[in-house]
Formats: sequence, structure tokens, C-alpha cells
Amino acid sequence: MTKKKLATVWLGGCSGCHMSLLDIDERILDVIKLADIVKCPIVDTKEFPEADIALVEGSVTSDEHLHELLHIRKKSRVLIALGDCAVTTNVTGMRNCLTKEEVFNYAYIQAASNDKEGKTPDHPALLKLRDKVVPLQEVVKVDFSIPGCPPSADTIFYVLAELLNDRIPNLAQERKLKYG
Amino acid sequence: MPKIPVNIDGRALEVDVGRTILDVCRENEIEILTMCHFEGIGDVGACRLCLVEIEGINKLLPACTTKVAANQVIKTQTEKLKKYQKITTELLFAERNHICAVCIADGNCELQDLGYKVGMEHVRFPYLFPKCEVDTSHPWYVMDHNRCIMCVRCVRVCSEVEGAHNWGIMNRGFQVRVISDFNTPWGDSTTCTACSKCVNVCPTGALWSKAAVQGQLVKQPQMVSELVAKRKMNL
Repeated sequence: MTKKKLATVWLGGCSGCHMSLLDIDERILDVIKLADIVKCPIVDTKEFPEADIALVEGSVTSDEHLHELLHIRKKSRVLIALGDCAVTTNVTGMRNCLTKEEVFNYAYIQAASNDKEGKTPDHPALLKLRDKVVPLQEVVKVDFSIPGCPPSADTIFYVLAELLNDRIPNLAQERKLKYG
Repeated sequence: MPKIPVNIDGRALEVDVGRTILDVCRENEIEILTMCHFEGIGDVGACRLCLVEIEGINKLLPACTTKVAANQVIKTQTEKLKKYQKITTELLFAERNHICAVCIADGNCELQDLGYKVGMEHVRFPYLFPKCEVDTSHPWYVMDHNRCIMCVRCVRVCSEVEGAHNWGIMNRGFQVRVISDFNTPWGDSTTCTACSKCVNVCPTGALWSKAAVQGQLVKQPQMVSELVAKRKMNL
């Protein structure tokens, strides 16, 4: 059996889901028996490569995330929304009932920790925030969702083990669904 | 009490006249999903989760407000109903801002439990992200409209059981809101007795006690059902 290609990426999230992925501990050895990790936040590859399974953490909050996600969808056979931000927007979506101006104003000017100079960063090299944060399934077809903030290591390992052994995971049936 | 024959999910049952389909199903261990129903207070059929199919009627009817009739043939577990239950659940999540990770009711929430029961992995509809108020004016309790699903258990328990009529309903559609008195801050209410019945029957983190912190909210909804049952006793 040829090894599958596993890739993970971190969009608008806190990396907590990746921490939870690392919490599968020694079971990572079972994963790498069946898959090569071709991309993750600590693999120094610039462009997202071809992958059999893509684990996408975080929501779409900026133009860069949107571009990245559309690219990942083209390159991946199975795209998994990993964690509540990817599935529901979660905390990253709490700004959605405000305008972008209100958000910037609060974050960079009004907040108690600021120096009140009144300057929001606007360098052209910075990514551009979208008006609204959206979950992955509003932009691309998502094959599996793993909700949870973060999803437990056991749940992530269960999904990976099923897919790497050519089975279809079913979180609801296995009573592994968890929000928050 | 006269008995009538009904057929539920292929089971022939003899049941008392005047009972609701929900009561009959619960007595016979037939699972019906509910959210707005609460033991001890009147039913309004608000959540639409308990819809059942009845032979000869071309629309789905809520089990909580529909009384059994003789020779009814009722189906409660069809694929069609399961499909609608999942849609209804997803719409409940999409309508307001349910952020489990920062919610005081996380892990102790009937809406979360409902999602798990219907197998909701993600919501297929766009989230509305409405701007909702959080009323912290009451000395002990908070009303967070972001987490309200309009089951109106609070409105009913306040009027039917406590008799205070503090809670009411304003507007329609997605602008509908539970209000205190005439849409004034809860803390200014002249009708609220601070009895906490609404807080205890609320299925989500919309109503909570300031004494609790994130994820540690404990509610005692059975307190209200027991109170209603005790009042009915002939002592």
C-alpha cells in the first residue's frame, strides 16, 4: 500500500487544534506508518502541496485565508474542517456583528492596552481582513467536520485512523461529537 | 377514563382520551426530540422538533400540542422527520451567536445535546450573526440574547408558575426577542420576583446566574416540574 499524503494548515484560529493533534502522542507513529506529513505549520514548504487528506484549522478571516483555502481545495482529495473555528467561526466570528472599522478602532485605539495614538496598521504587505468571518463550508466543499474547541486528541486520531485505513469516519455514530 | 386505540410506529396502543401525542409517546418509551416542551408548563409548539407524521393529514403536526384521536396512525421515526429535525437544529444554531467555547452553559446545554442527538457535524446554512444585547442590569442574573433560541420557557414559567408576568415577547421573525416588562432593563423590573425559575428552565446559556463562571453553570430545571406537581397534590 502506498503511503497517503497528510497535510495540515492553520488559518484563522489559535493553533489549539494543532496542539490537540500533537496530543495524540505516540500514536503519531501509527499515523506516519500510513502517511507522510507533507505540510504542517512547522514543515517549511511555501506552497500547499498535493495531499490526500488536508486538515484545515481556523476560519476564513482574511483575503489570504480565502486564497489559501481555495488553493487547498484544488490540491486535496479529502478536506477536513478541524475545530470549531473552521466549522462555526467560533471566537473568530464574534466580530461579525460589528463593522470592520469598529473592530480596528477598538483593537488599535480604544483598548486600555493601547497608547491612544490612534494608528491602525495599514502596511500593504499585511493581509486584508474580510468584512465578515466565514466557516470553511461557506467557501468550499468540506468533506468532514470535526467540531470542538479544540477537538480531543482521541477524536482527531479516530478520524485520521479511519481515513488512513480507507474507512469513512462517523463522529455522530461513534458519539464523538463535541462543540466548545 | 375512556380509552381509545391508536397506532404509533406500528405499535397498537390503548390510550386515555385527551392526552397529547408527546405524553403518550413518552409513556411508551418512544423517543421524541423536544426543546420548548417542559414538564409542568403549558406547551406552545414553538421549536418544531417534535413534529410527527399522521396518516391522512398532509402536514406534519407537533406532538406536544396535538391530542391523540381514535384510530390515528402516527409515525415518529421516519427519514423525513429525521431530516427536518436536523434542519431545525441547524437553524437554531445559525440564527443567533452560539459560541460554545465561551459559553457559561458549555457542557450543560440542551441545545448542544440536541446537536449531538441529531448528529450535527456542521451547519449547512449561513450564520446570521445578528447584533444581540446582553442585559446585565439584574443584580443576580443575566439575559444574553445571543444564546436565546426562543423556546419561551422563561415567558411561560414566569406567567404560569410564578405568576409574575415579567417576561414577554417582542417583534416577529428573526427580530423576535424576549423582553422584560415593556422592553426595559431587567434590573428595573417592577414585576420580577427574582425567583430564578426562568434561569433554571432555560435550556441554553441565555439566562444564567452571575454566581457561575464559564462552563460551570448548573441548573436545576426539575425544581420547577416538582413544584408544579406538588401544587396539584391534594394535601
